[in-house]
Amino acid sequence: MTTLADLNLDADGYLADPNDWTPEVAELFAQDLGLELTDRHWQVINYVRDEFAKNGEMPSLRRITKQSGVPTKELYKLFPKGPAGKIAKLAGMSKPKGCI
Amino acid sequence: MKRILILGGGTAGTLVANKLHQELDPDEWRITVVDRDDRHFYQPGFLFIPFGIYKGKQDVMRSRRRYMPRGVELILSEIEVIEPDKNQVRIKKNNRTLPYDYLIITTGSHTAPEETPGLAEHEWRKSIFDFYTVDGAIALSKKLRTWQGGRLVLNITEMPIKCPVAPLEFMFLADWFFHEHNLRDKVELVMVTPLDGAFTKPRAASILGNILEEKNIKLVTEFNTGEVDPDGRKLISYDERTVDYDLLISIPTIMGSEVIERSGIGDELNFVPTEKYTLKAKHFDNVFVLGDATDLPSSKAGSVAHFEGEVFLENFLRYIDGLDLLPTWDGHANCYIESGFGKGFLIDFNYDVEPLPGKYPLPGIGPFSLLQESRMNHWGKMIFRWMYWNILLKGKPMPVTAEMSMAGKWL
Repeated sequence: MTTLADLNLDADGYLADPNDWTPEVAELFAQDLGLELTDRHWQVINYVRDEFAKNGEMPSLRRITKQSGVPTKELYKLFPKGPAGKIAKLAGMSKPKGCI
Repeated sequence: MKRILILGGGTAGTLVANKLHQELDPDEWRITVVDRDDRHFYQPGFLFIPFGIYKGKQDVMRSRRRYMPRGVELILSEIEVIEPDKNQVRIKKNNRTLPYDYLIITTGSHTAPEETPGLAEHEWRKSIFDFYTVDGAIALSKKLRTWQGGRLVLNITEMPIKCPVAPLEFMFLADWFFHEHNLRDKVELVMVTPLDGAFTKPRAASILGNILEEKNIKLVTEFNTGEVDPDGRKLISYDERTVDYDLLISIPTIMGSEVIERSGIGDELNFVPTEKYTLKAKHFDNVFVLGDATDLPSSKAGSVAHFEGEVFLENFLRYIDGLDLLPTWDGHANCYIESGFGKGFLIDFNYDVEPLPGKYPLPGIGPFSLLQESRMNHWGKMIFRWMYWNILLKGKPMPVTAEMSMAGKWL
């Protein structure tokens, strides 16, 4: 059984290498965040993983709300307070940051 | 005769036109720039207008034509559509079609306040202001001249924004401005951001983390603005939190040019998908994208356009001789941060290296200090306007390297 302590995390507590991601990683982060992942959560996470595979970058929150099939209001209910950060963590991306 | 067509005569387009003109044989290459008007703005100067440091348009605006070299054609026209499959661009003026061998897209980015319900409606420029446009900055300067105090809220609507440090600079200058006008005790300064802090990079956070407290600037984090209630004077987030204001300074959604959308070559914010390390458009082999128009994670800022121009030129000269593009663009940015009371910070970073303390551009000497407050940094910023008009835009060598250097940085 893997735990969060077994994962290679960066200084922000996000997955250090997005290529290490597996669905189990998302489940471990979800437990830590107190979220129970439903099909709708997975729709968003899988969308972000697909975009990352295609572009090598995490899509913007606007892109997620326009193209993942989950509308904005629902997105904020699924990932309350700071969806960009939570989605990034669950999908194995690094923390959204400014330049400073 | 081969044709290079440059769309947009802002920072990136102008300096690239100058550099290409210097390098290419005029008997073999024809360079054309298209822009809708002849007004080139020094955008970093907008920040100074609300506080009366710069007075108005006369301090930040010049003719685009004046900065185009003789031999580069400048056409003033709206652009209808880019047709990369036909290697041509259609423009409004005389319904012309401009064919090209190489296209350089430097159409920039602009504020889109209409993206947020309630923002640019009947309270726009009465109790709600922006300073990323010259008209907004001038309107705000008039407001601040008579404002008697209250709760001033600065809101970053969504990421990415251009000049990512400008909101912080605005708050530092506001703190100074209200001190100078003996109003500071009557003004509450609140910054509202979608990020999880004002400083999100570890070294900057550890060095500058207390500066907001010291200046008594409050912070609301992870706030994604869904709408503004202009009558109730409230920001409302998508997760239904609210922030009250008396005076709202908005950094609206920032988007790329509508022509990118009309041409069907952009993403959801009208930014053009661009190769991260070469600046070539992802989907077209004879199209390059520079400056704010790219979808890259580099900052949308003049210094980035400048460094991109240097790296692009070297690569483009290889490319037209049949050599491969080198992955030399590192996302380098360099920004002064005004901190008020005649002082400033300077940061230098790229895709992979966060802002670090040190000296710049000469290691150990400076004269500028990285990630530290100094009077010299402030003077650097004030002198930079002269450098912009007289050296940078004209594509002349600047005393700094395009690729980021670790020399002079402290790990």
